[in-house]
Amino acid sequence: MDALLNQAFAGLSMASILLIVGLGLAIIYGSMGVINLAHGEFVMLGAYVAWAMQTFLGFSILTSLPLIFVVIAFVGWLVERGVVHRLYRRPLDTILATWGIGIVLQQLVRMFIGPESRFVATPSLLEGNTVIGAVVMSNYRLFVIVFALAVLAATWALMTRTEFGTRLRAVIQNREISECYGIRAEKVYAMTFAYGAGLAGVAGALLTPLVSTTPSMGTYLVVDAFLVVIIGGVGSLIGTAVAAAAVGEATALFSMLMNDTLGRIAVLLAIILLIRFRPNGLFPQTIRR
Amino acid sequence: MRRRSFMKGLGATGGLAMTSGLAAPALLSGAGRAYAQGGELNVGLLFSLTGAVAVVERTLHDAALMAIEEINAAGGVAGMQLKTFIEDPASDPATYADRARRLVIRDNCVSVFGSYTSASRQAVLPVVEQRNNLYWYPTLYEGRECSRNVMYGGAVPNQQQQDFVPWLTENFGKRFFLIGNNYVYPREENNVCKMLLAGLGGEAVHEEYVPLGHSDFSSVINRIRTEQPDVVFCTLVGDSDVAFARQYHAAGFDPEKMPCASLTRSEVEVQAIGGEAAVGHFSSAPYFMGYQSPENEKFVQAYLSRYGADQVTHFVSEAAYFQVYQFKAAVEKLDPANITPAAIRDAAVGLTTMAPQGEVLIDANLHTHLWPKIARWKSDGQAEILVQSEARVAPDPYWAYEGETCTGEGLVRG
Repeated sequence: MDALLNQAFAGLSMASILLIVGLGLAIIYGSMGVINLAHGEFVMLGAYVAWAMQTFLGFSILTSLPLIFVVIAFVGWLVERGVVHRLYRRPLDTILATWGIGIVLQQLVRMFIGPESRFVATPSLLEGNTVIGAVVMSNYRLFVIVFALAVLAATWALMTRTEFGTRLRAVIQNREISECYGIRAEKVYAMTFAYGAGLAGVAGALLTPLVSTTPSMGTYLVVDAFLVVIIGGVGSLIGTAVAAAAVGEATALFSMLMNDTLGRIAVLLAIILLIRFRPNGLFPQTIRR
Repeated sequence: MRRRSFMKGLGATGGLAMTSGLAAPALLSGAGRAYAQGGELNVGLLFSLTGAVAVVERTLHDAALMAIEEINAAGGVAGMQLKTFIEDPASDPATYADRARRLVIRDNCVSVFGSYTSASRQAVLPVVEQRNNLYWYPTLYEGRECSRNVMYGGAVPNQQQQDFVPWLTENFGKRFFLIGNNYVYPREENNVCKMLLAGLGGEAVHEEYVPLGHSDFSSVINRIRTEQPDVVFCTLVGDSDVAFARQYHAAGFDPEKMPCASLTRSEVEVQAIGGEAAVGHFSSAPYFMGYQSPENEKFVQAYLSRYGADQVTHFVSEAAYFQVYQFKAAVEKLDPANITPAAIRDAAVGLTTMAPQGEVLIDANLHTHLWPKIARWKSDGQAEILVQSEARVAPDPYWAYEGETCTGEGLVRG
């Protein structure tokens, strides 16, 4: 029983990481239909900004989070303005273009910052563990779970409670008609892309105390994040959250019953089956096109 | 048609070689060119400077290049300067084979220094064996290989484990939890570990392999918490090792009661793990940056002043460095007119070289006799050496396989 509870917490922790990486992806993919293969590199850049802030300014990652969001959002904005917005009518080409951007970003970091793994400290505030009964929970992981939920809530509020969100949803539903009503779809797209990238950057910074900060760190993360977005149903925030929780807990459960390698295989098989019977994911969008 | 013109070209160079004097041995080597020409000797460096493995291979490249330049500055090898050909195989095994071919055939290199992973070594193997060239491989690896065209500078399982495992059981206990990445190196090392444990009355309470690059160890850590082993025996590599060490520390395990004993954790990983999470755990390797010897002091100082004070030297870059000196010593035993890769190999056997870790010796099986050390990591990222083997330990790449021995004639069965 204790083992099960501990493992349930581990699953929740994995889910929070999937959620925070997947959320930015879900927004970009869901609203713009752009499969952003450079998302992992935005995550990686976020981690490197966190490292730079710590090394050169002595900031802990918690203090630098707002700045990281802004910096990576700006990088995302540049990418959207420079490359992606020219390709909206050619969705397949965006895959190739963003993949290329990802490789370029990775190699730039490798060349100018160096290929070696970098160290970012865990904020001292969040060290240690919280023990309830026999369940041992790392404080930092608890923080990531809470933070991921907060980001989900903030994104939901942004989409449904602000004027920007209204515009974005209008553009998603019908770009041409929204433009007739005076919404500048281009601007909305650029902002959305920047917001998604910014979230990726924050995710990267939050991950630094748990994983190794290297130029290729994003590659592994982005694959899982894609799975989550697709299972959740494209464009559905709540779908992404539910899918993240499901994948996280399923991974934890299968890992406990078998081992990490077989557990992962089992999860991927389950996902294939799910997609076979629900090709639009758990929460498909029902919008007339 | 193409074949004909090729044969004609071969005939022409052959004729040229004949008229230019007694170049017969070089002619027989197949390339039709002598290796030592115009006071220069070509050597190749085959380390990835881009791609995933560049993290480690860049440091090996730097160390090997530094050795070559030191040798050239001191007058070269038997009066010849080493001319370096650098290729970047971009972390891709197929590209390793291709670039190795280029170095050996087009650039006429007499030896190639290169690579970190077993996958890349095995990709290069057919090339150097077919051309009878020589490949200097600096990395510790899983053994079970016995090529006559590879000089193995790193440790094989017996050199890392035969002192380490008994020492761990004596100091911490006999219940081991084995965790590694899912590929050949961790599996072979763990086979050796289990063999040793069986002899010592110990047991492997759990054995687990995670995919390369795996970065969330919550389940593994929960399992460790349940099993409560005496030692966590760790053969994770690179990013996985860094992530595991940080999460292990965050989980609140005490290294004094349940240490990680790693065969792969070097100064490079510890730098990324951070001193706080690395402190108190153990590694076994022939070399640590903090080892005190005049040779090592010189090596570390030269390396840091050349590549930056924030850099580290580690057990693979040390081998990449001393292998160039082994190469030099072997070439110096030869008649300059007679330098071929095979001759260098034969001259290298039995050769001793002062390396930063101590005096190393090349065995007839082309592996290296090394000085294994057991060290505990300190919070400043350096290792404190606790046990140093009393004698040089001979390499036995088939230690766990009865009836197979790697000898000077290649693999002998029975």
